[in-house]
Amino acid sequence: MTDQEILAGLAEIIDEIAGVPADEVTPEKNFVDDLDIDSLSMVEIAVAAQDKFGVEIPDEQLKDLKTVQDVVNFVSKNS
Amino acid sequence: MTGAKILAFGGYQPDKVVTNDDLAKLVDTNDEWIRSRVGIESRRVAADDETVTDMAEAAGAKALAASGLAPSAIDLVIVATCSPLVPMPSVSAIVAYRLGIVAPGAFDLNAACAGFCYAMDTASNAIAAGSARNVLVIGSEKMTSWVDWTDRSTCIIFADGAGAVVVGPSGGDEPTGIGPVVWGSAGDQGNKITVTGRTGSMRQDGQAVFRWATTAMAPVALEACRRAGVTPADITAFVPHQANLRIVEAIARRLGIPRERVADDIVHAGNTSSASIPLALSRMAEQGRLQPGTPALLLGFGAGLSYAAQVVTVP
Repeated sequence: MTDQEILAGLAEIIDEIAGVPADEVTPEKNFVDDLDIDSLSMVEIAVAAQDKFGVEIPDEQLKDLKTVQDVVNFVSKNS
Repeated sequence: MTGAKILAFGGYQPDKVVTNDDLAKLVDTNDEWIRSRVGIESRRVAADDETVTDMAEAAGAKALAASGLAPSAIDLVIVATCSPLVPMPSVSAIVAYRLGIVAPGAFDLNAACAGFCYAMDTASNAIAAGSARNVLVIGSEKMTSWVDWTDRSTCIIFADGAGAVVVGPSGGDEPTGIGPVVWGSAGDQGNKITVTGRTGSMRQDGQAVFRWATTAMAPVALEACRRAGVTPADITAFVPHQANLRIVEAIARRLGIPRERVADDIVHAGNTSSASIPLALSRMAEQGRLQPGTPALLLGFGAGLSYAAQVVTVP
């Protein structure tokens, strides 16, 4: 899967769970500061990402994933 | 074989309303934070001298009256609770006595927040086996008796209340109104929700529980539907344990059940553990949100960790 495909899939998930339009989900965005996504939504996003990409994001790693690019990199590296 | 079905509901909430603003005076929190994280606007708290038994009696009396049955028609009383004042005598024996139910089988059942669904299956089986004609099933909790009012991660969530149902036999050709239970436990995660000793208080690893509930519970609910021969699209009322509105919504989303069919009693009731499902059911019945003769999906989950789900027919 290319980074572009992961980003597109992630944007779909974020739209569904947090109601953030997909075109606002760009790599440099910070989840908390830019997208107003809290820690519980991050857990939901991680769970949905596992369903979609087959990559588990444990809570310990999740707290270090601050930006959209961080998640794309994590999925890319572990898929 | 005789099946079982729900005959009637009853709910009870203590009078005292505690708002988010009230809690903001006790701990560092605020109304907006609580609403967005757990979806609670206010909760009910029992009076100091009001017990799990008192609340169970109040809810049980309403369900019994709504069923139209005489107390003598009840052969078994089960109270699901994890917060009785004392471990003995049982809540159930005293409640039965106070309600004028003479010499029924009576016992308390503790599967924490999943307790009500465990008790429903036990009631259904007792009727099917011929051990009881009708069963009074109650969930009653005084969770605030275990709350540390300085712990903002739990004191904003938990509350008090009781809910009850009367379960009776389904008639001759009628299909059973209580589907097969899907239940289980995960003791390896027992440390995620605990009471820290006899004089201790409740502690919860909120994020871990959130992840578990939003991941593991939708498949349990789906399996309960499958065993009952229905699909989530057939479910007219989804009544999960009112743990946290975010968990409720996440599970409903995974099941594809639209919001108007999902119980949201937590908004004004808080998390009342084993009482939350029957309390939500009785409120939905009062509000006309239940459609008689259609399938409702119950899903309990919590400390243990433990869980149970079944499809029931709305009376």
